Amino acid sequence: MATVEVNRVSKSFAGRQVLADLSLTMGEGELVCLLGPSGCGKTTLLRIIAGFIPPESGRVLVAGKDVTALSPSARRMGMVFQAYSLFPNMTALDNVRFGPRVAGRPKSEQIARAGQLLDLVGLSEHADKYPHQLSGGQQQRVALARALAVQPQVLLLDEPLSALDAKVRVQLREEIRRIQRETGVTTVLVTHDQEEALSISDRVAVMNEGRLLQVASPSTIYREPSCGFVARFIGSGAVLRGVAEGHSVRVANLALPASAAAAHVHGAAVEMFIRPENVRLQPMNGQLPPGAVGVEVRERTFLGSLTRIRLTLPGTDDQFSLWADLASEQAEAFIPGSRVVAQWDEAAPRVMPDADAGLRNG
Amino acid sequence: MKAPVAWLFIGAFLAVCATFLVAPTAMLAIQAVTGEDGFTLAYIETLGQYRYRVAFEHSLYLSLASATAGVVAGGLVAFAVLKPGAPAWLRSLVTSFSAVAANFAGVPLAFAFISTLGTLGLLTMLLKRIGLDLYDMGFSLFSITGLTLTYSYFQIPLMVIIITPAIAALRPSWREAAEILGATPGQYWRHVGLPVLAPSLIAAWILLFGNAFSAYATAYALTSGNIGLVTTEISAVLSGNVAADPQIGAALSVGMIVVMVTVLAISTAMTRRASRWTARS
Repeated sequence: MATVEVNRVSKSFAGRQVLADLSLTMGEGELVCLLGPSGCGKTTLLRIIAGFIPPESGRVLVAGKDVTALSPSARRMGMVFQAYSLFPNMTALDNVRFGPRVAGRPKSEQIARAGQLLDLVGLSEHADKYPHQLSGGQQQRVALARALAVQPQVLLLDEPLSALDAKVRVQLREEIRRIQRETGVTTVLVTHDQEEALSISDRVAVMNEGRLLQVASPSTIYREPSCGFVARFIGSGAVLRGVAEGHSVRVANLALPASAAAAHVHGAAVEMFIRPENVRLQPMNGQLPPGAVGVEVRERTFLGSLTRIRLTLPGTDDQFSLWADLASEQAEAFIPGSRVVAQWDEAAPRVMPDADAGLRNG
Repeated sequence: MKAPVAWLFIGAFLAVCATFLVAPTAMLAIQAVTGEDGFTLAYIETLGQYRYRVAFEHSLYLSLASATAGVVAGGLVAFAVLKPGAPAWLRSLVTSFSAVAANFAGVPLAFAFISTLGTLGLLTMLLKRIGLDLYDMGFSLFSITGLTLTYSYFQIPLMVIIITPAIAALRPSWREAAEILGATPGQYWRHVGLPVLAPSLIAAWILLFGNAFSAYATAYALTSGNIGLVTTEISAVLSGNVAADPQIGAALSVGMIVVMVTVLAISTAMTRRASRWTARS
């Protein structure tokens, strides 16, 4: 177990800045997810931590020791790659004992250690199989065991589940979490899958365009996104641009209730973010109740037990949409094209300055 | 493709094989053991004569040496070109040159080498001027060593062409995984890179061996038949330069087939062993 500190790291490729003065600290035994869209720099950051790419500036410290100049083999880290990284000419057992073997450990120790780890990942009975005889999920389990065989200070996981089908992905991510807890190894997981990040991380670091936008627990990231990008990227919801006016946000000619707007200067450009589960709908019967907004139902998307309804604000030429998640039986009453009443708790929307994402390390 | 259509093509292929491979081989074998009075082993026994034994030794040595030189040098060139960080233009340059050089054989190649490394060749004379007389030092282009050097000119590029896809198929994540697990580059190649490449290297070696073993024009043009190879000996007995004796030619051809089949059998066994991890369960 060790802390990992990424200190003001920058990196460019062919004149394009991929990481910009990025800092991040991971505690002992913590599982941190680097989450962001493709090309945001998360894999580059992981590879800098691993030592495969040197940073242009900044340092990487593991357990307080500067490892920036060390080769990957000298960093005592384990890594699981996206897929197909098992040595194809070795059995599962030989793959797992590769690290102890090249370190010159006695053969009996190599085999005992590999056996324990295959047991840990539930693949003891597949020890003599070659990678092509294993399923994708089994191969990634072996890769995990192989990474742990060197007793790493830090475990790096580079989108280890991306090549697997949905069911196996869910099983394996739970298993990764269990094993990470059992071994207590500090772990950095790169993913672009928000569900994966939210479900297994202690903290999630959301990245975009080479910058860290927010680092926080999954629930904080979900409930209190620091900026419009994080709000849009995590979960789903509507981001409406407008101006703060007391306890509401004026969008087009409508005053939408949002008590958080009071924290902003009157007239300041803001983004109001509201999640679908916060929006309630009822049929339009006469006058609008106080704090309610008349909206038009545009489309319904059946999601199983829930149905997501897209609503548009009147007089905005379809520019501003809201979403509401309703129980599917309840949603049948709201027919596309009909006018309905939308309401939410005044405290539910997040209101953020309408500016480019800022850095927040929480 | 529907089964009947597929069988049409397979049938055509088998017919071509039977006509141009199996039938001539069978005829050669029959011819090699048939004399004026019927069955005889006399022609096969002539293969034990000094002249033909030496021809087989020369051909084997030349094929082994040039195939091995080709595998080692061509493999290293392909690896250097595909190494991470190598410029992309270098790969296309080497590939283009290899495609040309691998097919540059026969009389033009012999002439090019005589012009360069012959007794009055450009390089020979240049080296002589700086006090390095290759021929005084024991080198001769018109020897087995000279032939091996000349054959390497097309063997190395051929190896580059053959092995490049196999080296390119080595996943960078294997090297990175080995590195982060603590392996040195040498350990990576010993435990992962070379074992994964082994079947391709063996197959490439066999192809190069066969290429050299069956070559005729380059050797004949360079040595005018003064260095006996099996191919030049076959030419000699068929053209009547020594004595028109097609049965001996047939016996020599059968000998060549036996050598190639033996080498193929050994390499197949080695390939099977080297690639047991690819066998489907």
